Amino acid sequence: MNSLSSPSAVSQSVDETSTVERVDLRREFNEVGIGEVLDQLDRELIGLKPVKTRIREIASLLLIERIRKRMNLTSEVPTLHMSFTGNPGTGKTTVALRIASILHKLGFVRRGQVVSVTRDELVGQYIGHTAPKTKEILKKAMGGVLFIDEAYYLHRPDNERDYGQEAIEILLQVMESQREDLVVILAGYGDRMDKFFASNPGFRSRIAHHIDFPDYSDDELLAIAELMLHGMNYKFSADARQAFIRYIALRKTQPLFSNARSIRNALDRMRLRQANRLVADLDRVLSADDIMSLEASDVLASRVFSNRAAADNIE
Amino acid sequence: MRVTQGCFSFLPDLTDEQISRQVQYCLEKGWAVNIEFTDDPHPRNNLWEMWGLPMFDLRDAAGVMMELNECRKVYNDRYIRMTAFDSSHGWESVRLSFIVNRPKQEPGFHLERHEVAGRNIRYTTKSYATDRPEGARYGDK
Repeated sequence: MNSLSSPSAVSQSVDETSTVERVDLRREFNEVGIGEVLDQLDRELIGLKPVKTRIREIASLLLIERIRKRMNLTSEVPTLHMSFTGNPGTGKTTVALRIASILHKLGFVRRGQVVSVTRDELVGQYIGHTAPKTKEILKKAMGGVLFIDEAYYLHRPDNERDYGQEAIEILLQVMESQREDLVVILAGYGDRMDKFFASNPGFRSRIAHHIDFPDYSDDELLAIAELMLHGMNYKFSADARQAFIRYIALRKTQPLFSNARSIRNALDRMRLRQANRLVADLDRVLSADDIMSLEASDVLASRVFSNRAAADNIE
Repeated sequence: MRVTQGCFSFLPDLTDEQISRQVQYCLEKGWAVNIEFTDDPHPRNNLWEMWGLPMFDLRDAAGVMMELNECRKVYNDRYIRMTAFDSSHGWESVRLSFIVNRPKQEPGFHLERHEVAGRNIRYTTKSYATDRPEGARYGDK
């Protein structure tokens, strides 16, 4: 009797929950406020198409998961650990901060703080030092996102007694057992991360989202530069803009180019030269426009151009 | 006899959910939470042993609960309490303290009457548990 009646009771209850709760997806979307975060992401981060697509996918999944939870259609908590790979200056840390706020808005992390660490903060210097250190960081990151930059340094293949392995084991354990308390994001350069995952298969399988950050194109770098200048209340004059386009092309061919970070440094040096140029002529009366605009000479004085000239001479 | 010290000790034992909510309240006030344990429940014994260092700069109670569970694994047969310290006026002072774990059997206290000069009597309380050496006071004989 019981066995006969129970299946119908179950199907009825499922029916009830699904008919009682009709969900207005748009309202839900607006209520959570991730639309705003995603728009901001589009506006403030230039390029990074695959990254943005992936974040949209994750955000949609989480939104649906949230609704499912309300309808009592719970499945397991989705695994949210991620790995970001890409060259220096491609925006991994910036995106990690955004991800934290998306996860927080959707209620998948409770507090939304980002604890950003490297090997130094996780691995101890003597026996018995590593576990408490790693645990302390983990405790601080609970309820938020733990961002481990240059994660491959945790594993030192040449030294099998390295304490990094201990930190890795604790991390893996907490990543598995406290998935609802903590999201771990590993970041680092592509090839070295691949090696790291190859020697720590546990990590690869516990991370659901592997996101690769592409390098920026010349146009995107220019757009980034203008966005940064806008943020600092500067602007390029028309000549300076042309000069900077050439600067980007040249800088890219030189060693140690680190995408947006190199651009930021270049802009800082240009501000320096601009200030120097303005101060050189003390008798001049300056307008706001003078103070705001960077001229071609500020760009062209860069070593990047002179190196090129030198190289041409030698040839 | 049930030991009643600190906050909430006249209430039924707090569930983990309730403990976690209390800890979250402390963290939101900016207090550092510490876990301590003892097997000497005398009311004047206020220096309990520390389970690790006080936890500073935490945002979420999950971290504290992780430590509490570790501590329970080792010292499930002893008293464990949470203490929250406020440092906003320059030194750490206790704001909230409550017991989160207690032995299954609490044998209670013996009142000793000490007859002194004249007809005076001095009183001493002594836990029956402390008849046995430290570490073997609770649980099976």
